[in-house]
Amino acid sequence: MEMGLDRLKVGQQATVQRIETDPLLMQRLRLFGLVPGIPVRCRYRTPGGSVTALEFCGTVVALRSRDIRNIRVSC
Amino acid sequence: MAAGKERKITVALAGNPNVGKSTMFNSLTGLRQHTGNWPGKTVGVAEGMLRRQGIEYVFVDLPGTYSLDGSSEDERIAGEYIRSGAADCTVVVCDGSCLERSLILALQILPQCEKAIVCVNLIDEAKRHGLCVDGEKLSLLLHVPVVLTAAGRGEGMEALLEQIKQVSAQPPGGEKTPWQDPVAAAGQIARACVLSDGTDDEVFRRRVDRLLVSRRFGVPFMLLLLLGIIWLTVWGANYPSSLLERLFDLGYAGLSKWLSPLPWWLKGVLVDGLYATCARVIAVMLPPMAIFFPLFTVLEDIGYLPRMAFLLDPYMARCGGCGKQALTLCMGLGCNAVGVTGCRIIDSPRERLSAILTNAMVPCNGRFPTLILLGSLFFPDAGAALVVAFCVALGVVGAMGVSGVLNKTVLRSEPSTFLMEIPPFRRPRLGKILIRSLLDRTLYIAGRALTVAAPAGVILWIFANTNLLASASAFLQPVGLLLGMNGVILLAFILSLPANELLIPVILMATTQAQSLQSVAGVGEGLLQSTMTWQMAVCTMVFTLFHWPCSTTLMTVYRETGSKGKTAAAFFLPTAVGCILCILLNLLL
Repeated sequence: MEMGLDRLKVGQQATVQRIETDPLLMQRLRLFGLVPGIPVRCRYRTPGGSVTALEFCGTVVALRSRDIRNIRVSC
Repeated sequence: MAAGKERKITVALAGNPNVGKSTMFNSLTGLRQHTGNWPGKTVGVAEGMLRRQGIEYVFVDLPGTYSLDGSSEDERIAGEYIRSGAADCTVVVCDGSCLERSLILALQILPQCEKAIVCVNLIDEAKRHGLCVDGEKLSLLLHVPVVLTAAGRGEGMEALLEQIKQVSAQPPGGEKTPWQDPVAAAGQIARACVLSDGTDDEVFRRRVDRLLVSRRFGVPFMLLLLLGIIWLTVWGANYPSSLLERLFDLGYAGLSKWLSPLPWWLKGVLVDGLYATCARVIAVMLPPMAIFFPLFTVLEDIGYLPRMAFLLDPYMARCGGCGKQALTLCMGLGCNAVGVTGCRIIDSPRERLSAILTNAMVPCNGRFPTLILLGSLFFPDAGAALVVAFCVALGVVGAMGVSGVLNKTVLRSEPSTFLMEIPPFRRPRLGKILIRSLLDRTLYIAGRALTVAAPAGVILWIFANTNLLASASAFLQPVGLLLGMNGVILLAFILSLPANELLIPVILMATTQAQSLQSVAGVGEGLLQSTMTWQMAVCTMVFTLFHWPCSTTLMTVYRETGSKGKTAAAFFLPTAVGCILCILLNLLL
């Protein structure tokens, strides 16, 4: 099932399919190792759901949900 | 050995943020570069030296970066330094627990420098995750020497030095071919060199971590934690403060007696001016700092601060800011100048500017003692800790409110993206924390305050005894009254521009002269209470939060923004907020 990265539940893991977000952010995420094909896990999320902490390549990175809506993952 | 024959090797330490470069730098040079478990700790470049077996090693600690293309100030600094070839040898520091990500940067750096070593640090942390790094294989794949280290425990440092010596003695290697796709290559290399045995000792830590940032407990826990720290600081500072006061009183009596043969004015300058001012500054400020800094350093060391920034980002976003501003506000609690410099970690230029302009609204440790003293004197029933906590909260709300207004008016632009690394929880190194925070931060800041307090004490005494203080405060009286304070207090605010620690000593000095009382070396609580009403105390506390930043902070703002106009804004914004609040309070109370 394909969906936006912001829909991932806490603890759930998925594989990145396509990344179509802000070009600058995309470039920076690449440097963290976020590229299609890698597994991503949702570690935690703020009460309002607006910020998500994602784990990939051994790192945990906090991102805003509206910025990662267009990163498509499948699980 | 003659100095000219000594070999000198310049070594650059490069790598991602928070992989332990600063720890390694300290362990190698014995210097005390401040370390903390959060990305962006090192801003600017630090240099340190080590002499070993006739060789002088100069280590350059570059700011941590994710790339070298320079999307931020730090990346530009690091990239330029590496490309300049100023270093004889570049040590690329990698994180053993997330080698893949570290290698993405390493693969960009390696083709750009002639002599390099890859240092896989934090192998102890990797081991706890059940990961084992194959250094030999990594060395083969990268064509450079690889050293495995755990800098926090000093493991592998000797091997690293040996390798640096060998590599920098070699002739430069041939042309290096850059990797076609560093991101893909890093993944392949990491998978080939990292062995996982499937065990993970981190389950408990992860569970705690999840609880600390959980939707239900995260925010309440954070508030309780901060309240707890403030309570411990206020409550704990009481006893040593009064002890110090008594000690300084004894010193005052002894000193007066000893110096009694001197002419009255010289004795006045030395005892009532210099000694009393310094004693008051120390008695008021040292105990809270000695408690607050170690506690705060523990939070920093275990990695709680980025989690706090994570929890606060939604609130910050509502004000057009981002969670990283919470980090800079926390740094401001220690020292606003540090907080202003720390704003470099904020990516968006407009958010960074608004964070710089409002940072001075959170009370730094120079103002903490004033708040604690006034709070405990005038509101003993409410609990000084609650009053101080309320003040800190007010400062944070003020900073966020003003930057919210700025972000939605003058600094308006497209909403920016937010990306922040959250490091793993690390066990606090308690011994180190205690020494570092007490010696480096507390004594350093106390020393800095004293260097201001000593000459200020002399000048103040002269002013006070030539009636200059009295006439200046009489001149300021109408404005002071309008702000709900009085001329003396307003004058004290103006005179403590070089250091906020001076506020209470100046008030005391001016009042003792006016009442021609024999001054005491202690903080003179009774005196304060007799000259101030509680309404005045409230206004003074509010004005303590919101007035012009100290001169050090203003100079830092100028350095960071390079603009006189923006520095002026940093001066007038908090002042305007303070004036408006104080006038309103004066009308209401």
